[in-house]
Amino acid sequence: MEEELESGVVKKFLYINRRAPHGTVYAHEALEVVLIGAAFEQDVSLAFIDDGVFQLKKDQDTSEINTKNFSKIFSALEMYDVEKLYVEKESLESRGLTEDDLSVDVKVIDSSEMKKLITDSEVIFNF
Amino acid sequence: MLHTVNKSPFEKNSLETCLRLIDESSSILLIEDGVYGALKNTSVSDSVINAQKTTKIYVLGPDLKARGLDKSSLISNIEIIDYKGFVNLTIENEKIQNWL
Repeated sequence: MEEELESGVVKKFLYINRRAPHGTVYAHEALEVVLIGAAFEQDVSLAFIDDGVFQLKKDQDTSEINTKNFSKIFSALEMYDVEKLYVEKESLESRGLTEDDLSVDVKVIDSSEMKKLITDSEVIFNF
Repeated sequence: MLHTVNKSPFEKNSLETCLRLIDESSSILLIEDGVYGALKNTSVSDSVINAQKTTKIYVLGPDLKARGLDKSSLISNIEIIDYKGFVNLTIENEKIQNWL
């Protein structure tokens, strides 16, 4: 891994997010790892499936539960050249959400496209 | 009896089991990731609406707000309460069952 990074090899990294924010630490920790991958100039994509789609819900305000509002980091990902965010259509629909409910620009794709995204990725992290 | 549910209904079956096993004199309070169970137009909203025929359902406001949700996202007649309201429910109900 270290040698590859030093030699400038770029791999397709996919971070799969399937957990809701705030109730557990998974979503927040995933973002930290995403930023590490981006720092090594890898080809980073993020996928939001199942309850992971709730991470992108706009207007999150954690002031009354005394936790960090990490949802704001999503709008800063562009600065780290992380621009490929994919949301599974079926996951949004079963949760009563639409693309308009989301805080950042994403590409909404269906299950078959998600399947292809996963298949085409070289390194996959699951949260 | 007061029943609290703190898990997402899309990830665990805590809410589903709660709805199946509570008696008619019970109330339900949705907290933490459990608040997603109060959303309208979802794969579980019909069963929540059905439960409202016999059961009063509350949702904790601060947990809703943290998740970017408000009254407009919810099934009608679910009451949003604050921490003080949570305390009052625990006082009003002799027993509390937490569906983890």
